[in-house]
Amino acid sequence: MTLAEMILAAHSGKTRVTPGEFIEVNVDMVLSNDITGPIAIREFKKIGVNRVFNPKKVVMVPDHFTPNKDIASAEQAKQVREFCKEQGCHYFEVGRVGIEHVLLHEEGLVLPGEVIIGADSHTCTYGALGAFGTGMGSTDIASAMATGHIWMKVPSTIRFNYYGNPRRWVGGKDFILHAIGDIGVDGALYAAMEFGGEAIDWLSLEGRLTMANMAIEAGGKAGLFYADEKTVSYIKERTNRPFTVYNPNPDAQYEKVIDYDVSDIEPQVAFPHLPSNTRPVSQAGHIKIDQAVIGSCTNGRIEDLRVAAQVLKGRQVASSLRCIIIPGSQSVYMQALKEGLIETFIAAGCAVSAPTCGPCLGGHMGILASGEKAIATTNRNFVGRMGSPKSEVYLSSPAVAAASAISGNIINPDDLA
Amino acid sequence: MKSGSAYKYGTNVDTDAIIPARYLNVSDPAELARHCMEDIDENFARVVKPGDIIVADTNFGCGSSREHAPLCIKAAGVTCVIAKTFARIFFRNAINIGLPLMECPEAVEGISAGDVIEVDIARGKIKNITTGMTFTAKPYPDFMGGIIASGGLIEYTRQKLAAG
Ligand code: SF4
Repeated sequence: MTLAEMILAAHSGKTRVTPGEFIEVNVDMVLSNDITGPIAIREFKKIGVNRVFNPKKVVMVPDHFTPNKDIASAEQAKQVREFCKEQGCHYFEVGRVGIEHVLLHEEGLVLPGEVIIGADSHTCTYGALGAFGTGMGSTDIASAMATGHIWMKVPSTIRFNYYGNPRRWVGGKDFILHAIGDIGVDGALYAAMEFGGEAIDWLSLEGRLTMANMAIEAGGKAGLFYADEKTVSYIKERTNRPFTVYNPNPDAQYEKVIDYDVSDIEPQVAFPHLPSNTRPVSQAGHIKIDQAVIGSCTNGRIEDLRVAAQVLKGRQVASSLRCIIIPGSQSVYMQALKEGLIETFIAAGCAVSAPTCGPCLGGHMGILASGEKAIATTNRNFVGRMGSPKSEVYLSSPAVAAASAISGNIINPDDLA
Repeated sequence: MKSGSAYKYGTNVDTDAIIPARYLNVSDPAELARHCMEDIDENFARVVKPGDIIVADTNFGCGSSREHAPLCIKAAGVTCVIAKTFARIFFRNAINIGLPLMECPEAVEGISAGDVIEVDIARGKIKNITTGMTFTAKPYPDFMGGIIASGGLIEYTRQKLAAG
C-alpha cells in the first residue's frame, strides 16, 4: 500500500484499502478557523449533541482576519472563542496564535501516522510529517466534531521522485511549483501526492511543509512524505504523545510515477492567475511590482525568513514598493528576533506584522489596488486573491520575493547588483 | 423538474471567484449571495433568477475549502451546477449542504450561455429546451445516496446518532 492507503487503513479498522473505496475514517484532529469555524459551530448545533466527541482532538485557530480587522470579523472570532471555552477544545488567542498550518505541528498537535481533517484546504500541509491531512468544508467538520469520524473515498496515489542536486536558491517552493506547472491545477484531482527521492531526503522539514501545503493547488487530496529522522526528532522535541511512522510498501500501486531531476529546476515564478502558470525566473521578463509579501502557511517559517534576511541584509527595499513580512507564528517571530532577522528586515525598509493570514487571501494588512502587482510567497494567485480583481499576484520562494523587493522587478537573487 | 437559464463559465472557476474572501467576515447565505461570482461576472448576482443553472468546464470550485462557495450559489437560487469535473472539496461541500451537482461533459459542450435548461436532478437528466438536446449526468456513487436522501450531512449525522 502507499503511504496514504496505510494510514487510512489503520484509521478505518481495515488491513487493506483500495483506491475508490468509501470508508469511515477515525480522525485524530479536527481543525477549523475564524472563517470556517462559525459555520461549523452553527451546523454542529443542529446535530443535537451538546459536546464535541473529544475536546483534545478539536482545535480552532483564529488566524485569517485576526487581529480582528473589523466588527464583523470580531463577531466571528468571538463565536469561535466562546465555543472553544464552552467545549474545552484547543484554542489560541491573539498573542499566542499563528497561522494554523504553521502552528499545529509546532504545538505538537499533529503527529506522523495521524489523520487530520480541517475546514481549510491547506490542511494537506501535515503530510510533510507523514500524516494524512486533508481539507474539507465546515459541515464535514461539524459532523466530525460530533462523531469523531468522517467518510472518505480512498484516493489513488501519484508518486513524485526528486533526484539530483538543487541549484542555488532553489528549494521546496520551486520543487512544488515546478510539479504544479507540469501536471496542472487539476493534475492530481482526487489523488494523494507522495513525494520522495534523494532531493527530498536532503530537503528540510520546512521545505517539505511548503511542498505538502501546495498539494491542493494541483487538486490533490493530500501530499505525503515519509517521516524520517528529521521529522521524528522535530516531533519528539514537542510532545511525548506516541505515534506510528508508516513507510509505503515496496509493492505499493501508484496511479503514476513522475521523476524530476532537480538540477534542471530554476527558481520558479507562477504568473497570474493560476499556480500552474509557472515559468523559470530567468524567463519572467520585465515585471515591475508594487508589493512583496513574505509569509503565509506556505513560506512563513523560520527557514523562509532566514533566506529572505540573507538576501535583504545590507540592502534596501526599492522605494517604488512595499515589502511586508509576516512571521507565521509567535515562535517563528521570536526566533527571528533572536537571530537578528527582524532587525535586518526593518533596516531594509520592510514592514513586519504580527502572525496572520492577512493579505494572503485578500483579508487585510496589505491589500492591492487595481492595476497593482505583487510578488508573494503565498500559494494562490487567483483573480482578486490579494485585493482588487484588477490586481495581479505572482508566486515565488522567499529568495525570489526578497530579491524582487530590492530590485523592484521580479528577479533571481543571483542577478542582484 | 426545474428549468432556468444557463450561465456559462470556463475551466478552473475557483472559490475566490465564486465568493471573494473579502466577504467572508459574514456567513449568512443571503448576504453572501449578493457577491456570488463577483470577480469573474460582476452582473451575475444582480441578474440571476431562482431556477437558473451554472454550467462550467473542468475543475469547478477549485481552491479553498470555504463552504461559503456552494452556500452562496444555493442562496442565489441556482438549481444546480453542471460541469465536466468538480474540485474535490467543493464536491463534498455541495453534497453536504444540499446543492445538486451534475457531472456531464456532453451537456457542458451542448449548452450555450442563455440557453433554457430543464433538469431532473433525481434521475440525472438534463434537457436543453433551446436546442432540444438531452443529456444524462454521471450518477452519484451509491455511498452518497444516504446523505443526499437525508437532505445533507447534518440531517444524516443527526439521524445516525439518534438511531445509536
Ligand atoms: S496563510 Fe493563506 S493559504 Fe494559508 S491558511 Fe491563511 S489564508 Fe489560507
